[in-house]
Amino acid sequence: MRGFFFFTFVVVAALALVYLYRVVRGPTMFDRLLGLNGISNKAVLLLVVIGTLYDRLDMFVDISVGYTLLNMVGALAVAKYLELKGLP
Amino acid sequence: MTSVIVIGLIAAGLTLLTIAAVGVLRFPDFYTRSHALGLADTLGIGFVLAGLAVYQGLTLTAVKTVLILLFLYHLNPVISHLTLRAALRTGLRPWTRMPR
Repeated sequence: MRGFFFFTFVVVAALALVYLYRVVRGPTMFDRLLGLNGISNKAVLLLVVIGTLYDRLDMFVDISVGYTLLNMVGALAVAKYLELKGLP
Repeated sequence: MTSVIVIGLIAAGLTLLTIAAVGVLRFPDFYTRSHALGLADTLGIGFVLAGLAVYQGLTLTAVKTVLILLFLYHLNPVISHLTLRAALRTGLRPWTRMPR
């Protein structure tokens, strides 16, 4: 079971690198925003998986809740700003 | 029995997350990429978090994990929709197969 959680950790971390490619390479500003959103989702998932792996999920899950809400508020703020002001 | 359910849920979630990552990597346009992220990624995260919550058993930690699942499951499509609307209103043209 521990090996399977480590496998999950490695796969999710590798998928975050794919989204990092989209952030660096994205042709438009919105592609970078989308890659950032994907990376933040993967970071939340990685926190929960690491907590399960170390058997300390009661500590990690609170950080993960806060990280979820902050990511969503940040992405919402950037999307609304771009919608109101147009592309810089 | 519990480990079978956990491994099944997490394997389904990892498959969906991989599909979403391939879609974000390969699709030609922002709109199609956002479709990959908004649908497949949301369901994949839901499956993985559900598997981890089942592994915890019936505790407060599992309830908090389900809380994260509900937040992501409702907020990720909303963020995707807002980003798409911002892109459409700033004048980003959708990709078509025929050249204009």
